[in-house]
Amino acid sequence: MDNQTRINRVTRFINTLNQARELGISVTEADEGTLTLCLPYDDRIIGNPDTGVIHGGAITTLMDTTSGCVILCALDDFELCPTLDLRVDYMRPAHPHQPVYARAETYRITRNIIFTRCEAYQEGGETIANCVATFMRIGKDASPKQFRDLITGGEE
Amino acid sequence: MTEPEILRYTRETGDFSRLLASIPYAGFIGLTCDRFGDDLIFRLPRKETNLGNPILPAIHGGVIGGFMEMSANIYLMMTQDSLRMPRIVDFSLDYLRAGLNRETYAECRLTRQGNRVANVMVSAWQKSRSEPIATARAHFLLED
Repeated sequence: MDNQTRINRVTRFINTLNQARELGISVTEADEGTLTLCLPYDDRIIGNPDTGVIHGGAITTLMDTTSGCVILCALDDFELCPTLDLRVDYMRPAHPHQPVYARAETYRITRNIIFTRCEAYQEGGETIANCVATFMRIGKDASPKQFRDLITGGEE
Repeated sequence: MTEPEILRYTRETGDFSRLLASIPYAGFIGLTCDRFGDDLIFRLPRKETNLGNPILPAIHGGVIGGFMEMSANIYLMMTQDSLRMPRIVDFSLDYLRAGLNRETYAECRLTRQGNRVANVMVSAWQKSRSEPIATARAHFLLED
């Protein structure tokens, strides 16, 4: 699978997630086992009206989405993997009026579980938050073939 | 995070509308809150734009996280004597069941209140409180 295929698959998958579409999350970069997504700044997700800093919940959604989608960049076959747990450490508030990026990697893949880590940052490289998550593999047959074809573009 | 005046009003009246209206993200996901005696119950309505997995369909895990995180934050603001604002340090979330496309509730518990750090537990459920869809634990830094 080449990186363009990875970007296409992740883009199609994100487009099926209402909340990710609502937030305007898009793919920045994909490679084998790594993925970077971008969350644009939006007044609607502000958590602190005095400073314009976005709410941690939007960062959690960005990191959950990136950590879940990086699995598409690691496995050849599309599998829907539910999140088991997620831990987010907040380093500093995100600068307002600037996008937040999240870069995730799968650092261990077993028959049943996938382990990911993810870093949220902004331009200039300052870390906003770190996240580790685990996902359960329920098998590729757990999602309907029609949906798998939609994500892979019918390539399998 | 919030004007002390709004915080004081919310504590005195138990009316969360002004507080929630001042936080755009609360409206973005649709979070509301009701006070029953001293207890707070947070509510996330059924909302199409909150969905993730389109097959089930299920609420996006990040929205469940954001909902529980904001619940913990507001809960802590309401239980403090002073007007200092809690700042989240970390958030750890276990997903126990799929959050289906229906109304979701959350309640919080202050596990430990230190001088500078507070530990809050959050439980979220849909059908029955005894069958949580997610539990979470958060640390907040309390600063003047």
